[in-house]
Amino acid sequence: MFDYDFMQNAFIAGGIVALLAGIVGYFLVLRGQTFAGHALSHVGFAGATGAALIGLSPMGGLLAVTLLGGIAMGMLGERLQGSDIAIGTVLSLSLGLGMLFLHFYTSYATQATALLFGNVLGVSSETLWMLGSLALGSLLALACIARPLLFASLQPELAEAKGVSLRRLSVLFLAIVALATAECVQIVGVLLVFTLMVGPGASALQLTSRLGLGVLLAAVLALAECWLGITLAYYTDWPTSFWITTLSALAYLLAVLYRRRPAFLRSVAH
Amino acid sequence: MDALSLHQLTVRYHQRTVLQHVSLNIAQGQFVGVLGPNGAGKTTLMRTILGLIPPAAGSISVLGAPCRRGNPAIGYMPQLRSSLLHQRLRGWDFVAGACNGHRWGLPLLGKAAAREVDWALDTVGASSLAQRPLQELSGGERQRLLLAQALLGHPGLLLLDEPLISLDPRHQHGVITLVREVQQQLGIAVLFSAHELNPLLGAIDQVLYLGHGQAALGTVDEVITSPVLSRLYGAPIEVVRQNGRIFVMSGEVDIEKEEHCHDV
Repeated sequence: MFDYDFMQNAFIAGGIVALLAGIVGYFLVLRGQTFAGHALSHVGFAGATGAALIGLSPMGGLLAVTLLGGIAMGMLGERLQGSDIAIGTVLSLSLGLGMLFLHFYTSYATQATALLFGNVLGVSSETLWMLGSLALGSLLALACIARPLLFASLQPELAEAKGVSLRRLSVLFLAIVALATAECVQIVGVLLVFTLMVGPGASALQLTSRLGLGVLLAAVLALAECWLGITLAYYTDWPTSFWITTLSALAYLLAVLYRRRPAFLRSVAH
Repeated sequence: MDALSLHQLTVRYHQRTVLQHVSLNIAQGQFVGVLGPNGAGKTTLMRTILGLIPPAAGSISVLGAPCRRGNPAIGYMPQLRSSLLHQRLRGWDFVAGACNGHRWGLPLLGKAAAREVDWALDTVGASSLAQRPLQELSGGERQRLLLAQALLGHPGLLLLDEPLISLDPRHQHGVITLVREVQQQLGIAVLFSAHELNPLLGAIDQVLYLGHGQAALGTVDEVITSPVLSRLYGAPIEVVRQNGRIFVMSGEVDIEKEEHCHDV
C-alpha cells in the first residue's frame, strides 16, 4: 500500500492533521465549545467556494475565512455561550452561500465533494508542507497559551480575578481552532470536521480524568482513527471519510461503555 | 493591620449605585458573614475588592495595600458554575489549573507548585477526593475542592461567594464548619456571602449586611436589629428571635426565606 505516492502522502497528511485535531479538540471539549468548532468549518466552506469563484486558491479562502470567523467568535466571547441558534443560523447561511458560489462556478463538482467530504487521497506534496508548517505553528501557539487557557476554561471568574484576559485567550484559542478546522477539511471535509476534532477529545475525557493523559490519548485516538480509516479505505475502496467517522463514533461508544462498566469490572486500585 | 478597609467607597455597576460612601474596617482573623437582599451587591462588592470593578469613588485596601487585579493576597471562590457539574477532569487537575494559572506556557507544575496543591487539598481534607472526576462528587465535596483552590498561594483574605447555594442543610453545616476550621487554623479573614443568616449563627464573628447602597458591620446582636435592617431594606423590618434562630420579617413575610425560594 505504501508503494503509491498518494498513499504515502495520505498517511503523512492524515498523521499531521490528526495530531493537531486531537490535541486542539481535547481543549475544545473541555471548554464546551464543540458546536463553535463545528460551525467554523461551515463558514470555511463559503470562504473556499467564494475564493474559487473569483479565481483564488480555495485553501487560501478556507483558511482566511475560518480564521476571521474564529476571531469574531472569540471577540463575541461570553455572549455566544449557549446561543446555539445564532451559531446554527450562521452555519446554515454559510453553507447556503457556498451553494450559491458553486452554482455560479459550475465547472467543478468534484471540488465541491472534496470540500464537503474531504479527499485525503488527493493531497499533493506541496500541500503536505503547508499542512505541516501550519500544524506546527498552531501547536506552538497552543503550547504558549495552554496554562491560562486551562485556567480560564475551568474557572473563568477566578482566572479573571487573577489577571487573565478571558477575551484575548478566547480569540487566540478560536484562531487556533480555526486553523485546525481548515486542516481537517483536507482530510474529512467541511461536513465531518466534528468527527476528527471532537470525537477523540470526547472519548479521551470518558477514558481518563487526568489532564496530561487525556491530551495524549486524544492525540493517539485521532491518529489511530485517521490511519486505520485510510487503510480500510484502501482495502475496501469505500470512502476514507466514511471509515474515519465510523471509527470515531465507535471509539466514543466504547469509551462511554468503558466508563459505565459495572463495578465488578473495575480494578481494585481504583 | 486590617484585612480589609473600605474608605468612602462608592460602587456603580450597570448604571446602578450598589454602594454609596461606605467605610468600614475588617480586622485580620475575622469570619464575616455577608448578607443582604438579592441585588444588594454581595457579588459586586467581592468583584470590586478583587479589582474587577473599579470604584466610582473612595478607596479599598487589602492587608494595607491598595486593591489591584491579580492580588495574590486574596483567595476567591466564585459561585459554582453549572458546567463544573459535568466536568470529567479529576479534582487534582482542576485545583492545580489555578496554580500560577495566569502565566503563559504549558500547564506543567514544578515541585513547589505541586506541593502547594497538595497542601491546599490536605488543609480542606480533600486529598483522596481529588483523585475522582468532578462529575462524580457530591455538592459538599465539590465545595471542598473549590475552597482548596481558593487557598492556593496562602491568601490573607478569603472571599467566598455563596458557598452554600444548592446544598442541603447537612452539607451546608459541613461547609461552614470546614471554613471556620480552616479560617482559624490559618488565622485569616473570610468574607462568606449567604442567603440565610441562621446556618451561619455560632460560626461567624461578624455580619456585614448590605442593602440600599449602605452597609452595616458588627456582631449579630449589633446588626440584626429592627432599626439597622429597616434602614438597609428601606422598609419597616421586625427581627424575631426564637429557639436560637433569628427571623427577619417584613410584615408577615420571612424575607430570607422568600429570597431563598426565588433563587432555587
